[in-house]
Amino acid sequence: MLTFIVRRLLWTVLVMFVITVVVFIIFFKTPGVDPARAIAGRNPNAQTLAEIRAQFGLDRPLPVQYGLMMKKIFITRDLVSYSNQGVRVVQEVFAATPATLSLVFGAAVLWVVLSIGVGIAAALLRGTVFDPLLMVVALVGISAPVFWVGQIANMITQGTLHDTFLFSWVPPLGYTPFTQNPALWFKGLVIPWITLSILYIGFYGRVLRANLLEVQNEDYIRTARAKGISERRVLLRHSLRTSMITFVSLFGLDFAVLVAGGALLTEVVFGIHGVGYLTWQALTNLDLPTIMATTIYGAFFIVLINAIVDIAYAWLDPRIRPT
Amino acid sequence: MATLLEQVEADPGLRPAVVGRNPWALAARRLWRNRIAMAALLLFLVIVVLCLAAPLYAHNVAHVNPFPPNLNGHTVVNGKVVPVMRQGGGVLHLGETPIGPTWDPNHYFLGADSLGRDMAALLLYGGRSSLLVGIGAAVLCSLAATVIALIAGFFGGVTDSLLSRLMDVIWAFPVYLLAICISTELLTHSNGFQFGPLHVQASSLWLPTIIIAFIYVPYVYRPMRGQVLSVVNKEFVEASTAQGAGNLRLIFSEILPNVVSTAIVLLPLMIATTILTEAALSFLGVGVQPPNVSWGTIIQDGTDLIYTRPLVTIAPGLMILLTVLSLNVLGDGVRDALDPRAKLRVEG
Repeated sequence: MLTFIVRRLLWTVLVMFVITVVVFIIFFKTPGVDPARAIAGRNPNAQTLAEIRAQFGLDRPLPVQYGLMMKKIFITRDLVSYSNQGVRVVQEVFAATPATLSLVFGAAVLWVVLSIGVGIAAALLRGTVFDPLLMVVALVGISAPVFWVGQIANMITQGTLHDTFLFSWVPPLGYTPFTQNPALWFKGLVIPWITLSILYIGFYGRVLRANLLEVQNEDYIRTARAKGISERRVLLRHSLRTSMITFVSLFGLDFAVLVAGGALLTEVVFGIHGVGYLTWQALTNLDLPTIMATTIYGAFFIVLINAIVDIAYAWLDPRIRPT
Repeated sequence: MATLLEQVEADPGLRPAVVGRNPWALAARRLWRNRIAMAALLLFLVIVVLCLAAPLYAHNVAHVNPFPPNLNGHTVVNGKVVPVMRQGGGVLHLGETPIGPTWDPNHYFLGADSLGRDMAALLLYGGRSSLLVGIGAAVLCSLAATVIALIAGFFGGVTDSLLSRLMDVIWAFPVYLLAICISTELLTHSNGFQFGPLHVQASSLWLPTIIIAFIYVPYVYRPMRGQVLSVVNKEFVEASTAQGAGNLRLIFSEILPNVVSTAIVLLPLMIATTILTEAALSFLGVGVQPPNVSWGTIIQDGTDLIYTRPLVTIAPGLMILLTVLSLNVLGDGVRDALDPRAKLRVEG
């Protein structure tokens, strides 16, 4: 087990290194693009350009350039945004994290509860008209672009129906920190939570239903049935447990991706100032240092969560543990 | 005394009733019989044909050129000439509001966008870009992933480890962030992207196509490599090797035909994914660039008009929803028809 953990962690470090190299190549070595100009944002003056060339060592050898970039992101953390009055971007990214976490946590609770409900309901109702109906609804949820759903939700809750009793409680777009006003924090996030979770409810519901039905032919299910356990209990106690393995591993990944910036579209549509929103703002200002920071920290977060999930798995289930 | 074989040859009635069919014909027949999948295919084809007919509609029915702004234009509603942009129609009676849907195919059927351009024509032209980028990216991505998977699975060893690890690294990036990174880097250059003799305009549809294709390669690569690994040690490959077949021949005429069904199963689902990604990137401003329009850019344009002219947002979103839904349903059908693990399939 210890060898496995050490190996997995070494591998994680290696992946992180390669990720930084990829980001370095994208931002500093794209053929035909002058990195200083790209970093400087719109309409840079000659002085800024010269300053950037000196700071990032653009006239020095490759390893030095790479080292300087890494130092600015991880050690001195003084990577500054040229489009945004010299704001320190790494600190910006960390300041934006609580908003993203609030959004993703709430949506995750919704999607786990509801998708398990959808999956079980569809499996139980198999053979009736409700199973295909539920699956079609789930497919519609998967097929709708999330930013469009968000826009429509805004249109209804902020516009057309805002003055009726249905949605008069919805506050204006934006994010209120939990520490500042918990009630407003909650109210402001309800619609974004629902919007973000729709896709995942559909997707996880379908996956769970397929898994539940797939294990129906396994020996241990037959044994359970032979013992005279009711069909419902077989489904909930025996099938569901095995099916949750896929569910949980998918969940770990999707959650990490969302926290690492995958919730960007929802954040933009609802004006929630999280990591994704920050990236989007950087994008509209052509503020490359910020994008560099969110990408590297985002990818690192995903790699770390993956490693943790893998190790937790190996610890829980020795069959998965490779030697 | 004629042999049994000769008797059968002579008398058509004795010929076996079962005709050998190749697996593709069988799969096609299964798909053909799947009514829901066929309905989805029909819907998708209707959307494709409608979008291809965009110039026909714009020139012959609506008589507009939907690309230049038309802020001072006029049109005819119920026999009266009205301006396309009306002053002060907004919530606060400020600014300009474009004309709403007239439901008259000849004059601003779906109204106008924020630049006074004909929405219906824009919607069709936008569909062309969305479909072009989506299908192009999915095909490019599947081709690249298949070739890499063939190389990795066939040669194994160090080649396999290196390629698989590289794919892992690309997959570690959040998809949208990676796409945004590459797009911003390339879009900061107004005169496009120069790579050796290749020159791609910044407004070219090739940029989003290639970027989207690139970020999804690992997604197709993983199942493809698994398939390659599962056939690479089969007897027929060994037999071919024994006959003196070279590596290229082994890869392309022995292994490829046996793994290509996986790529085909994934293709409709990949197109659905790439169309959604294109829409998202265009919505964020890093996908399709002006003067081109796509469904994503139209939704972006509709943001400012959402309370006054919601149709500018609703219409392109519905088009995306229908297209992606039809592809997802079709993809399920294709998987059911081609799934090599037919016994594991759950009929529902």
